[in-house]
Amino acid sequence: MALTDTLRRWWHKLGSPRWFYEISGPWQTGLAVLATLLLLVGTIWGLAIAPADYQQGNSFRIIYVHVPTAIVSQTAYLLMGAAGLVLLVWRMKLADMVLAATVPFGMSMTALALFTGAVWGKPTWGAWWVWDARTTSMLVMLFLYIGLYALRQAIPREEAAGRACAVLALVGTVNIPIIKYSVDWWLTLHQPATFKLTEAPSMPAEMYLPLLLNVLGIYCLFGTNLIGRLKVTILERESRTQWVRQLVGSSGR
Amino acid sequence: MSLFRAQLRREWFLLIQNNEEVLNPLFFLFLAISLFALATGGGPDVLRDYAPAIIWVLVLLANLLSLEGLFRRDFEDGTLELLVLKAEPAFLALLAKVLVHWAFSGLAMALLSPLAALILYLPTSALPTLMLGLLIGTPALSLIGAVGAALTVGLKRGGALLALLVLPLYVPILIFGAGAVLEQMAGIETLAQIYWLGVITMASLTLAPFAVQAALRVSLEQ
Repeated sequence: MALTDTLRRWWHKLGSPRWFYEISGPWQTGLAVLATLLLLVGTIWGLAIAPADYQQGNSFRIIYVHVPTAIVSQTAYLLMGAAGLVLLVWRMKLADMVLAATVPFGMSMTALALFTGAVWGKPTWGAWWVWDARTTSMLVMLFLYIGLYALRQAIPREEAAGRACAVLALVGTVNIPIIKYSVDWWLTLHQPATFKLTEAPSMPAEMYLPLLLNVLGIYCLFGTNLIGRLKVTILERESRTQWVRQLVGSSGR
Repeated sequence: MSLFRAQLRREWFLLIQNNEEVLNPLFFLFLAISLFALATGGGPDVLRDYAPAIIWVLVLLANLLSLEGLFRRDFEDGTLELLVLKAEPAFLALLAKVLVHWAFSGLAMALLSPLAALILYLPTSALPTLMLGLLIGTPALSLIGAVGAALTVGLKRGGALLALLVLPLYVPILIFGAGAVLEQMAGIETLAQIYWLGVITMASLTLAPFAVQAALRVSLEQ
């Protein structure tokens, strides 16, 4: 019972942007430090120390950017779906801010994953772009992100824009498995498996560990970025409240 | 249920009276098909191979064109506000609206598709699959599209935005619909794709009315 009580209290506290603003500072710093460390170690290890692939040579090293960006962009979309649900059901202000703050990060990560995929595809598959199942579903996801961004831009009133985006994010979240499945199926029916990378899931540890570090690092980066954006958004939207005025006033303006 | 029926009647008569809203997307469909024929040189071999893709993509686009007007008039004269606020339950009345929209867009296109297939030299053996796919898949187009239309109805220039929001969500329907016809032409069993279209339509039939209602509430507040 004690656990559920704590959770409920925490949930109620999340309803207050001020509370979040005040407690999130240390979290942001911690995550930033972790992200820097993990990404530095993972990237240097992956790019300089890990052995080259026996078939792809050094070109495989782009995996250390490609895979983390691709994974985090999908997580970001799921997070937006969850935030959309919370916003529509509980009308939590912070959920709308999470929704707004995640779009730019998720969108740029999706674009980066597509770009690095193209760069990797050229030496490996011999073409910048292949209508492969994964590339296609990532491309559709990029369009979903762009749609969310455009919708928020188009609606002048902030609160309405937030809830409209929440509806769209939820519809998109329901659709993502269907899109993924349809595209996967389309591939297996129409394209031979020759485009697949050489099946080698048993990567040796010295190749796998740096990737793991980078994946963890990019999640920390996402956390830092999200908290940073949230804090700015909170100040912006709550700028008429007493506590923000005091805060801004006391920091020397 | 009487609300549902009354709403069906109302929409039906409104659309029959304003028949240009119904006819223009259909004219667009055939106009665009002939543009494809002109651009490819009209060779039967080329057109036959691309016929499923051309028909399905243009059905998607024609559907999108007709969606713009789905809530527009009722939004401007205030009917929509009353409907969403007073009708109990509102999603049922909205579902009636969307179904009538489908009858005049998706259903009409499915019934006219033999003509489109004829001028694109689609083999007769693939025609049942095309019609069946359109018949089962297009309700999902209207339902998912209605969510987009509801989100953008309050905006002055919602047209391009509507396309941006809705087309990515249409991807699975396009893949299964056009895929079924292509496979039929290649002599492969196609029932699985048709079933999948059915799944998508049933899922959007159960979920989309609520999303439309939520989206309209947001648009009406602006």
